[in-house]
Amino acid sequence: MIAAILSLTLLGAALGIVLGIANKFLKVEGNPVVEELLVMMPGSNCGQCGFPGCNGAAEAIVNGTAPATCCPPGGKALASAIAAKLGLTVDLSAMADDGPKIAVVAEELCIGCCRCSKVCPTDAIIGAAKQVHNVFREACTGCSSCIEKCPTEALVMRPVPVTLQHWVMPRPVAA
Amino acid sequence: MGFMNLLKHLLSDDWGVHPDDHKRPAADAPVRVMPVPQRLYLPLQQHLGGPARPVVLVGQQVSKGELIAEAQGMVSAPIHAPTSGTIVAVSEITAPHPSGLTLSAIILEADGRDAWGELPACVDPFSLSPAEIGQRVAAAGVVGMGGAAFPSSVKLVGASRAKVTTLVINGGECEPYLSCDDRLMRDQAAAIIDGIRIMQHATGANVALVGIEDNKPEAIAAMQRAAGRGDVVIRPVPARYPMGSEKQLIQVLTGTEVPADGRPADIGVIVHNVGTALAVRAAVREGKPLISRLVTVNGQCAAYPGNIEVRIGTLAEEVIAFAGGLKGDGLGLARRIMGGPMMGMQIPHWRVPVVKGSSGILALDASEVAAQEPNPCIRCGRCVKACPMGLLPLEMSARIRNQAYDEAIDLGLKDCIACGCCAYVCPSTIPLVQYFVHAKGELAAQDRTKLRNDATKKLALQRQERLAREAREKAEAAARRKAEREAAAAKVAAEAAAVNAQTQGESA
Repeated sequence: MIAAILSLTLLGAALGIVLGIANKFLKVEGNPVVEELLVMMPGSNCGQCGFPGCNGAAEAIVNGTAPATCCPPGGKALASAIAAKLGLTVDLSAMADDGPKIAVVAEELCIGCCRCSKVCPTDAIIGAAKQVHNVFREACTGCSSCIEKCPTEALVMRPVPVTLQHWVMPRPVAA
Repeated sequence: MGFMNLLKHLLSDDWGVHPDDHKRPAADAPVRVMPVPQRLYLPLQQHLGGPARPVVLVGQQVSKGELIAEAQGMVSAPIHAPTSGTIVAVSEITAPHPSGLTLSAIILEADGRDAWGELPACVDPFSLSPAEIGQRVAAAGVVGMGGAAFPSSVKLVGASRAKVTTLVINGGECEPYLSCDDRLMRDQAAAIIDGIRIMQHATGANVALVGIEDNKPEAIAAMQRAAGRGDVVIRPVPARYPMGSEKQLIQVLTGTEVPADGRPADIGVIVHNVGTALAVRAAVREGKPLISRLVTVNGQCAAYPGNIEVRIGTLAEEVIAFAGGLKGDGLGLARRIMGGPMMGMQIPHWRVPVVKGSSGILALDASEVAAQEPNPCIRCGRCVKACPMGLLPLEMSARIRNQAYDEAIDLGLKDCIACGCCAYVCPSTIPLVQYFVHAKGELAAQDRTKLRNDATKKLALQRQERLAREAREKAEAAARRKAEREAAAAKVAAEAAAVNAQTQGESA
């Protein structure tokens, strides 16, 4: 009885000391940069980035295996914050484009040379020689091949105006 | 007793929600009639379908009820002058829409005489054929007054073709805060019943069922008195949101379910609102176009909540001023809404006109607005229970968050009626219905893009064909000219040869 208690106590104490020493000498340091990124990230571990939670994403960003733009909930704001922290340059244009564009004729500049209508792949430009040209909004695909043909810079690309018929309710920000 | 109730509760399909209705005291206050304002702003699109096309010129004098914009396309509605006056402009005005974008609108300056033009009255509407009634309703610009604003004549004419047997009249008014239909039923029950009979005649329905939520006992009593023991049956239904939704009301009243991708007409039912019944009566009996409507002004910030009869095109700002303004000059105002709090439109400011489908103007304070940060979904399943269409809002929203729209469609996104019950019950305050509205808009945009791409492809092909044809024609023309030239040259040569031969012959 006493022998059993004594041996188990000794065993426990010895193993405890070994664990204590191991904790002191074999300690694994976490990457402090990863910790800092984790604080900045949404922390919902949604997995939209394709990594197991925000921790995985933060590690991947620090290792350089994932771009700073990989977090959709964080959006542009987070991407630029991470880039600033890590000294990276990010291409924010990939995160959300600024919408489709179409060509528009500035009527006071158009001289009716017909050069633009010849290159339009969808015949979206109407006009005859020495007549002011115009662009069919519905037919223009925004290829901008007409822009460089214009000798008076009367053609410019403008964003397609948003109308009530085209408006889409923005996606709610994820929890 | 208690056990049976519990059992019934467990067994019955417990869809929908029971929000605090906030209908009184606004519903009990008598209707006030607002005088015609100085200027009216009449958007060209107040209905579903194609926008109307103006048929007046700036500076033109119009009489009350005169056509100022005609319907354009199969599904559309005309617009009439709500008062007599001068057209001052056709310009842009903020639409009653959460985007805050503008709509083209005719601006009418009232002359104060408010004089009707000539009206095509009709003594006995029951002698008219369904098609004639449809024409009169279409000409009067009547649209669904419940909020969706679908042109009523399209529904009526479609119903007479589709062999409709049951006319369901929606007096549910399940949206909290609103009481304009309640007020109409209390004050003008006889006229509504007359309108229902006219619609019954137009559709050929054997029976008309009027569904009224049981939180409006006065309206039920008034309608029962007016209906008598005829073929118009008043049926109280349990107060529950969204009882006033077409598919839900049909199921409760007739026990039949509208198929997922079908219309009520497929099961022989057609649904109209009580306000629409009144507008149809005015259009058919008196030839009066739809130029005014009852609007509920309500919300904690409204100083004197109540129902007000306003001309279409009046700015919400002026309606509120007439109703008695806002408490404390609108200091506690947290949200402006046009329509009901569940499905209405949040508007950016009060300079938005009342349109044919506007049922309410709500000034809500912070205590009435749910503006909490969303938390992660805890999968409690309350949204599933609340969904009147039997969908899985939590699963659908998770798909939409990851932009997996096709998976959301597989889960039934297209059946979603955007009633907002799911977002209302969510304990994590996740904006579920907003996800669905977003996804539907996104899918519609994708469809538009696809159509556009197809059109582009066609245009590009046509251009290539045109270029090829032009090249061919050019080549042909060149070949023809060459042939002509050669023929001419040959002829000249032949002549020359002939002359040569002659001269040689002569000389020989």
